Amino acid sequence: MSGILRWVFEPGLFGSAAVGVAVLVGGAVAVVSGTVGVLTVIRGQSFAGHALADVGATGGSGAFLIGLNPLWGFVGVAVVAAGIMESVGVRRPRGRDLATGIVLGAGLGLAALFLYWDTTWSNTTGASMTVLFGSMFVIDGSTVPVVIGFSVFVLAVVVLLYRMLLLSSLHPDLAAARGVPVRLVGIGYLAALAVTVSLSAMTIGAVLSTALLVGPAATALRLTKRPGWAMAVSAAIAVAATWLGILLAYDSYYWPPLQRGWPVSFFVVVLVFAAYLLTHLPGTGPRRAPGPVSLVNTRKEA
Amino acid sequence: MPGPHAPDTGQEILGIDGISVALSGRQILDDIRFSIRAGELAGLIGSNGAGKTTLFRVVLALQAATTGRVLLAGRPRTRRSRLVGYVPQKILLDPDVPMRARDVVALGLDGHRPGMPLRSSGRRRLVDGMLDAVGALGFADARVGHLSGGEQQRVLIAHALVSRPKLLLLDEPLANLDLRSEQEVVELLARIAGEQRIAVLISAHDMNPLLPVMDRIVYLADGRAVSGTVDEVVRSEVLSDLYRHPVDVLRVHGRILVVGGPRVAAHRSPEVFADSEVRLL
Repeated sequence: MSGILRWVFEPGLFGSAAVGVAVLVGGAVAVVSGTVGVLTVIRGQSFAGHALADVGATGGSGAFLIGLNPLWGFVGVAVVAAGIMESVGVRRPRGRDLATGIVLGAGLGLAALFLYWDTTWSNTTGASMTVLFGSMFVIDGSTVPVVIGFSVFVLAVVVLLYRMLLLSSLHPDLAAARGVPVRLVGIGYLAALAVTVSLSAMTIGAVLSTALLVGPAATALRLTKRPGWAMAVSAAIAVAATWLGILLAYDSYYWPPLQRGWPVSFFVVVLVFAAYLLTHLPGTGPRRAPGPVSLVNTRKEA
Repeated sequence: MPGPHAPDTGQEILGIDGISVALSGRQILDDIRFSIRAGELAGLIGSNGAGKTTLFRVVLALQAATTGRVLLAGRPRTRRSRLVGYVPQKILLDPDVPMRARDVVALGLDGHRPGMPLRSSGRRRLVDGMLDAVGALGFADARVGHLSGGEQQRVLIAHALVSRPKLLLLDEPLANLDLRSEQEVVELLARIAGEQRIAVLISAHDMNPLLPVMDRIVYLADGRAVSGTVDEVVRSEVLSDLYRHPVDVLRVHGRILVVGGPRVAAHRSPEVFADSEVRLL
């Protein structure tokens, strides 16, 4: 029994400061990503979420270049990009898509430049890997309070705008007619989304942050039909995947044949994807209530 | 089915007083005037592009009028009016949306408020009562995205009514419904107007499904409108004047067809024509 436990929790796991930080930061980020992810999927803004993370990478890599904590670079640039997207994209879905794509393209161009400089000038060869694919075990301990602070901010925004966001996701005019400042609520939400993906870019990387944003949410939407529950389930899935990912990554340092360790982000993404696949097994997922037979197809005979 | 109500002496709920709207140089609405009283069901009839949705947006204060005023219960309409319930056009909810029918109705009660909703028995009673009133209690806990078009329409009507408005606006509520659902929704709306003493304004491109229940018709064409009872408005000379082209009004088995006269290009009212013809089959 203790042998199995020793095998699951390899020696040094609980004593490691790096693992402690990873568990704390990863957990906070997973809760935020899972919660915001549900709103993102309902509002159909997954593309915006992915774009914000990639654009945030511009800030992250820029921050690396000047020796700043990359989190500030991520958050700063992502929030500005969110503002630009909202002001350009207005209300048409296609306009929104276009604005997102244009901001994304411009941002990635700059990120390419910064990452090139990061690796050639500053000699921080790990910058590209860290910014794009994350590495939870090298997060600086001083980042923890900042991450917790941002997480609390995002959750506060979600709680504050919860009903207005749901109402405007039914139909923007429905919300506007009730006196909801739809535009302002949309900007608030996008700012929260920008901070969210910046946080997860810090942990599992800019490129993979979409997995943590959309995956648990999509899984939760298949398991529950209430918005509040969906957020709770989604957050729980995200936390489980992240912590389990940390555990597996730590253990993987002892795995044969290389004993070199696998990246955390890989495990997190695989676990999130596995959870989603599980909801597609026969017998799971939302059931369709047997409704009355539609008359549409029998109109001719009527 | 409840028939048209006798001419009503209820309070005037909606007064449209010379509303004109011009968007980028094009006249969308031109001096529209009509009023609806409490307990009345009115049909806003016109083909696509006649200005129905624009008129709704003006009443909802989502669109500013170039000239004219909207009066709600005798007073100029303020920006945030609790007096108006609204069911927008063509909402088809995604099957994945994690909301039950009762969640959608509850959003009609307090969806504009900040914060998370608190569980309360009073709130639940209100929502249940409204779901019952529209005949949706049976699928109150079903995912809205899994309901049929007619069932979703009932839920959205409950959503619009739960805050006890005095005016209910429905933008093309019968579009995309099968014949049975269409009839059920029409009966429901007529019953609500009578029982709850509210004014109901329904836009539609085909007047026929509404004929048995309409107290008043507002016929919209090219941004201009005539209003009155069906017998007053749907006449050849009145509509020819409105369309500025000769049109014929034909009554066949209790249905009304408005068809372009000999000189009229067929594109004048293709919607009305095509749809009515289908209904004859």
